[in-house]
Amino acid sequence: MINSTLQPVLEVKNLKQYFSSGRGRRKTVMKAVDDISFTIYKGETFGLVGESGCGKTTTGRTIIRLYEPTDGEIYFNGTLISGELTKEIKKEVTRGMQMIFQDPIASLNPRMTVKEIIGEGLKINKLCRNEQEMLDMIYDILETVGLTREHAGRYPHEFSGGQRQRIGIARALITSPDLVIADEPISALDVSIQAQVLNLLNRLRKKLGLTILFIAHDLSVVKYFSDRIGVMYNGKIVELAKADDLYKQPLHPYTKSLLSAIPLPDPHHERNRKRIYYNTQIHNYEAEQPQLVEIRPGHFVYASPAEVEKYKKGIPL
Amino acid sequence: MTTNNEAILQVNDLHITFNTFSGKVHAVRGVQFDLRKGETLAIVGESGSGKSVTNKAIVGILSKNANIERGNIIYRGADLTQYSERQFTQIRGSKISMIFQDPMSSLNPIMKVGKQIMEALRVRNISKAEARQRAIELMIAVGIPDPEKRFEQYPFQFSGGMRQRIVIAIALACDPEVLICDEPTTALDVTIQAQILDLIKQIQKERDLSVIFITHDLGVVANVADRVAVMYAGKIVEYGTVDEIFYNPKHPYTWSLLVSMPDLDTSSSDELLVIPGTPPNMLYPPKGDAFAPRNRYAMRIDYEEDPPMYRVSDTHYAATWLLHPNAPKVEIPDVLKKRIAQQTERLVR
Ligand SMILES: Nc1ncnc2c1ncn2[C@@H]1O[C@H](COP(=O)(O)OP(=O)(O)O)[C@@H](O)[C@H]1O
Ligand SMILES: Nc1ncnc2c1ncn2[C@@H]1O[C@H](COP(=O)(O)OP(=O)(O)O)[C@@H](O)[C@H]1O
Ligand code: SF4
Ligand SMILES: [Mg+2]
Ligand SMILES: [Mg+2]
Repeated sequence: MINSTLQPVLEVKNLKQYFSSGRGRRKTVMKAVDDISFTIYKGETFGLVGESGCGKTTTGRTIIRLYEPTDGEIYFNGTLISGELTKEIKKEVTRGMQMIFQDPIASLNPRMTVKEIIGEGLKINKLCRNEQEMLDMIYDILETVGLTREHAGRYPHEFSGGQRQRIGIARALITSPDLVIADEPISALDVSIQAQVLNLLNRLRKKLGLTILFIAHDLSVVKYFSDRIGVMYNGKIVELAKADDLYKQPLHPYTKSLLSAIPLPDPHHERNRKRIYYNTQIHNYEAEQPQLVEIRPGHFVYASPAEVEKYKKGIPL
Repeated sequence: MTTNNEAILQVNDLHITFNTFSGKVHAVRGVQFDLRKGETLAIVGESGSGKSVTNKAIVGILSKNANIERGNIIYRGADLTQYSERQFTQIRGSKISMIFQDPMSSLNPIMKVGKQIMEALRVRNISKAEARQRAIELMIAVGIPDPEKRFEQYPFQFSGGMRQRIVIAIALACDPEVLICDEPTTALDVTIQAQILDLIKQIQKERDLSVIFITHDLGVVANVADRVAVMYAGKIVEYGTVDEIFYNPKHPYTWSLLVSMPDLDTSSSDELLVIPGTPPNMLYPPKGDAFAPRNRYAMRIDYEEDPPMYRVSDTHYAATWLLHPNAPKVEIPDVLKKRIAQQTERLVR
């Protein structure tokens, strides 16, 4: 749900994250994230979708400052958080941004109890005044995510995959973050468990008014879960629109090819499905630089001026 | 898709257990199906339901702690459950081939891929030059561009999708008549998955292969299958033609599977209809219908006695007490009804 006042929680401007390897003439640069811009408003879920290696995880990790951005700016609640961080700002980022990871097993310290795992965020951010208050908050959040206080003393290995992901969600939410970055939070789970966790996240975001950056490769899931969606390809956002718009009227040929590749649980549809193939050669970016341009209200496409003309006239590339 | 009724492979009342430190795991509990010539049979179900174990029994690659307790697997008049490893090497690859989710599990990381395909061909007693020629042809058949150059490369130089193509080339090297695909596209991106599915369908048609396709993704099932078997807790709980399973499902577990994930029409204001709880622990398989504890429609009898297979049509059967003539009438969930109605409507348009 997009708040009517449209208060930006996160603004990403021309963000670049390059990784280089080798030296001298052998040096290669991997442009994992290559000049992307988007804004996430309070209370909305922004989906980032694309195939593996397109730069989704790197985007999330750069925003939460696990990496030093190569270039560009990140504003969090209006404060610049790229570049040098003061102690104050660092503190605000640690509390205000939380991450839910794909692999609930690898992301939980096996030697810590659930209570310690969840309580860590409270301790670091001094969000409770005494031990009892801390316990109360932990019990509270455990119930919120569908676990019980009896679970607090146990270790991660005693839980199923779905339950571990609930612990990961509890850990992320205990600090009342202003932005939650969920990186493929259900990809590692079994089908029936995926639906349970998806329902939980959906309920929580409504109840708590969460603002979420939701990263996934499954388009049906992203469509279901997001208000707006950015489609990433090769380190760039090639299309950005409201979820419904993107699915009903995709513009960029890559988005079209991605949509045409999803197999749907509908045999009639599958028998008649026409695949659309994306060929990067159709773009001619030698003469004119492409940019993310608004074609219709709220619907942006990465295109050169000549392509923009075509899109506006409704001519496919 | 031309399928006749000739069964090329029959699995009858198959029971498989595993000895473990914690006790006996009852992985497969009376699986029964046949595979017909030229068809694709999809086996669908959550992880742990026994899909892989059933099919590993068919190619004779069960682990050492496995016991085939009961039942048989009939292929060309012979019972494969009685086969020795030596007998299996006679048919594995040349008659029945299997490919897996992780292509690296079937490839040798330090051998050039061309050589690996040639090794698979070697059982055929052909000259080296001929084998090389055949290997290149296979690489072309599975869509490897620039096969002469790729022939000399190692698996790590291939992308995930290209590796899976190599594995398919190896599986096809000896012209099998049955191809078992165990989640071959689960680790791949959607566009690559679409290409691999197209490839499997194309070679199936060209070679009149009979295919068993294991997956947990119902979109993939709708794309590849002629017939579908739904597995839960070591049993097939429903089977039928792909249209019967998707448009007229009868088993509550099939219903839940069909609606548990959103499709592109699902609004985010709708809660997904989840299957509560987790699949049963197969160390202690429950009495009665194993799905009962997770089934909102469960009746008392479900907890006591396992339902028989009820006939829905000549091609469609389901094991649920709901099909008993005296059972209360239970309608399929509204979300599913709505979804099926939408799908049929789209078809009419
Ligand atoms: N720490 C790193 N060092 C070097 N390259 C990296 C690093 N992290 C990611 N990459 C590369 O950046 C690209 C984008 O990766 P990633 O953000 O993980 O993609 P996604 O999450 O969309 O699958 C990939 O080519 C990946 O190999
Ligand atoms: N080697 C083994 N030892 C013990 N248990 C096993 C072994 N292989 C499989 N199982 C068990 O058998 C059951 C079915 O597994 P499997 O056929 O792999 O499921 P899936 O439907 O996901 O392919 C599971 O409970 C699994 O844990
Ligand atoms: S009660 Fe005090 S010491 Fe304990 S976690 Fe909270 S702030 Fe830290
Ligand atoms: Mg990633
Ligand atoms: Mg399996």
